Amino acid sequence: MPVEGLKCKECGTKYQESAAYFCEHCFGPLEVSYDHSGLDAAEAKRRIQAGSHGIWRYSDFLPTSGKPGGDPLEPGLTPLVRADRLADLLGTEAEVYIKNDAANPTHSFKDRVVAVAVAKAMELGFTTIACASTGNLANAVAARAAAEGLESYVLVPADLEEQKLIASDVYGTNLVGVRGNYDAVNRLCTELVDAQPWAFVNVNLRPYYAEGSKTLAFETVEQLGWELPDRVVAPIGSGSLFTKLGRGFQEWIDLGLVEGEQPHFHGAQADGCSPVATAFAEGRDVVKPQRPDTIAKSLAIGDPADGPYAIEHARATGGNISSVSDGEIREGIKLLAEGTGIFTETAGGVTIAVLRKLAQRGEFKAGEKVVAYITGEGLKTLDATRDSFSMHEIDPSLDAFDAEFAAQEVSA
Amino acid sequence: MSVTVKIPTQLRVATGGQSEVEVEGTNVGEALDAVFAAYGDLRERITQDGTLRRFVNVYVSGEDIRFQQGLETQIKEGDEVTILPAVAGG
Repeated sequence: MPVEGLKCKECGTKYQESAAYFCEHCFGPLEVSYDHSGLDAAEAKRRIQAGSHGIWRYSDFLPTSGKPGGDPLEPGLTPLVRADRLADLLGTEAEVYIKNDAANPTHSFKDRVVAVAVAKAMELGFTTIACASTGNLANAVAARAAAEGLESYVLVPADLEEQKLIASDVYGTNLVGVRGNYDAVNRLCTELVDAQPWAFVNVNLRPYYAEGSKTLAFETVEQLGWELPDRVVAPIGSGSLFTKLGRGFQEWIDLGLVEGEQPHFHGAQADGCSPVATAFAEGRDVVKPQRPDTIAKSLAIGDPADGPYAIEHARATGGNISSVSDGEIREGIKLLAEGTGIFTETAGGVTIAVLRKLAQRGEFKAGEKVVAYITGEGLKTLDATRDSFSMHEIDPSLDAFDAEFAAQEVSA
Repeated sequence: MSVTVKIPTQLRVATGGQSEVEVEGTNVGEALDAVFAAYGDLRERITQDGTLRRFVNVYVSGEDIRFQQGLETQIKEGDEVTILPAVAGG
């Protein structure tokens, strides 16, 4: 937690710790900078292993110490599952791992970023927290506000999945459905931040918020027995998770907590909202905004703030960024469920569909450790899977059962 | 054409505290040039080599100009031009 302050990622201008998020000189994003001089890697590892069962065990590398041991909604240390059956179904000889981040308090990776942002917001004296969200973030902010006794406002596109609306409102938040897409919600929040004395976790608190995603990288290393994966496959909405995963690995490489190289980074987007994949494919650094039209609503960000950095990181690590169709997303959800027993939302379907595409292209070598990041829960996007299930409906009698399953019985 | 250009809080040091500036112009580029003529410090913060910096978004009455004709986007009497940082969200 040895925070130096905030620093512009573009021009390097330094700022004191505050609720600032962009550089006054060049509009670049601000990032938390640390002074880790004098850090003993072995000592840091010991502190981690003796720490709480969640993200606060990594507080040496976060901008706040949070509430180790006393956080009723502590996210993190979600399962990293070796998925051999899925690997077989994919026809790859790589070691495939699923990082199941649906196993967080509100069932998505957003609990990580919100925990960090809200801890910092409270340190800075805010009593109302808010966000612009495609759903999962709204759930996480509303729940965290309830746990901490804070006021909250969560702004979402009004046409969001019903499950995500209910799973926000239940916590007693001010749920605001904006008639417009996520980018319109985001613009409104960027204006509101000037008008209200609130901590918008992903606007004025964004430098701190984004740091929470590094914990996914830290956990991956720890759960692999202090080793780096060879490749990661992760979804790209704003590009923040993708780039912060990279920063997490890099910090630990630089500080000597793990040895090796950055993994190859493979980004995943939906065809219906693929501004970053498109820019990558065309070899551009500038991301042209799109108007999203995809079932993967949690990734439906047409104007991704960290798009340029995601492209840079994919290129720098010899990775790539791909997109998949809505049909492939549904197949991805099914493939993960049948291959691992994990039911993911549409964003996870995007990730698994890209994982499959990469496997089919032969991009994974035998024995490579490939980690796919599942960021959310399938029960939150039932619209996408509603028509995809089949059920045997029978009368409550043995005869009816036998008649329905006679064929299978013979074959068994 | 008279339009209102809205300035984000962090840039108001360059406008003497003004949150809005009334200017004349037929398109976004002209309106911004008129703002820069009045408040010279803003030019370098918002533009680089004659184009908008990559983390600056500009909207005309709520519509992102990148979905229109960029700095050539026509403006009409009473439009609001909003300058916002692009690094939010996600």
